[in-house]
Amino acid sequence: MAPEKTMEPLWWGLFSAGGVVAAFLVPIHIILVGFAVPLGWTTDTGALYRIWWVKLYLFVLIVLPLYHWAHRFYFTLNDMGLKSISKLLAVLCYGGAIVGTFVTAWILLKI
Amino acid sequence: MSAVGPDPAKLYHRKTPATWWLTNRSYFLFMLRELSSVFIALFLVVYLCQLYQLSKAPDAYNAFTQKLNSPGWIFFHLVALLFALYHSFTWFQSSAVVLPLRIGERLISRPIVTALHVGAWAVVSVIVLILFLALKS
Repeated sequence: MAPEKTMEPLWWGLFSAGGVVAAFLVPIHIILVGFAVPLGWTTDTGALYRIWWVKLYLFVLIVLPLYHWAHRFYFTLNDMGLKSISKLLAVLCYGGAIVGTFVTAWILLKI
Repeated sequence: MSAVGPDPAKLYHRKTPATWWLTNRSYFLFMLRELSSVFIALFLVVYLCQLYQLSKAPDAYNAFTQKLNSPGWIFFHLVALLFALYHSFTWFQSSAVVLPLRIGERLISRPIVTALHVGAWAVVSVIVLILFLALKS
């Protein structure tokens, strides 16, 4: 019997990469976007977001942690007793991350 | 090949209440760690909304940035930051377990590997800060 092929390694790889990106990069971005600019510690006109490699960086920064969320949240909801609707949860979580990927690309290309 | 084993329908399953993670401190911390990903994702969605305003007009972007200077948004970002830091710390701790470091034959102790990750995180954060300040104008 051939071993069953699953998507698990792909999702786990994205989860892991997203975990690394979130761990190293997200706190400083929360400080900049959530505190430094709104509270006037520094100014920001948004000009830097028009630089192509900044856009590429933002794509990685935003998209990979979405897959990290999808994987963690899917298993958390299962652990909280929602195993009976596991398939629906998979569609909502991983589907949400996939939609987020396209939306992020679209917004970054529009800037 | 037919499966050999007990009929799954006849197996005994102990029912777990949905509040199992409230019964024990380490279960609770586990759940907080899992929940950190929700707040990180929420922050990124808000950030994305801000970038969307920029794609419409610079004025819309400035207005959105101004709106973030309200007690509600500051509180949201404070909660998101605490969860993000909790994720970072627990991630570095588990990285020390998953990716043990060796120098020659000697295995480096886990707290030191975690500390190295924290150091790398601080350096990366400063680099992002410097790049932001250099490119923002």
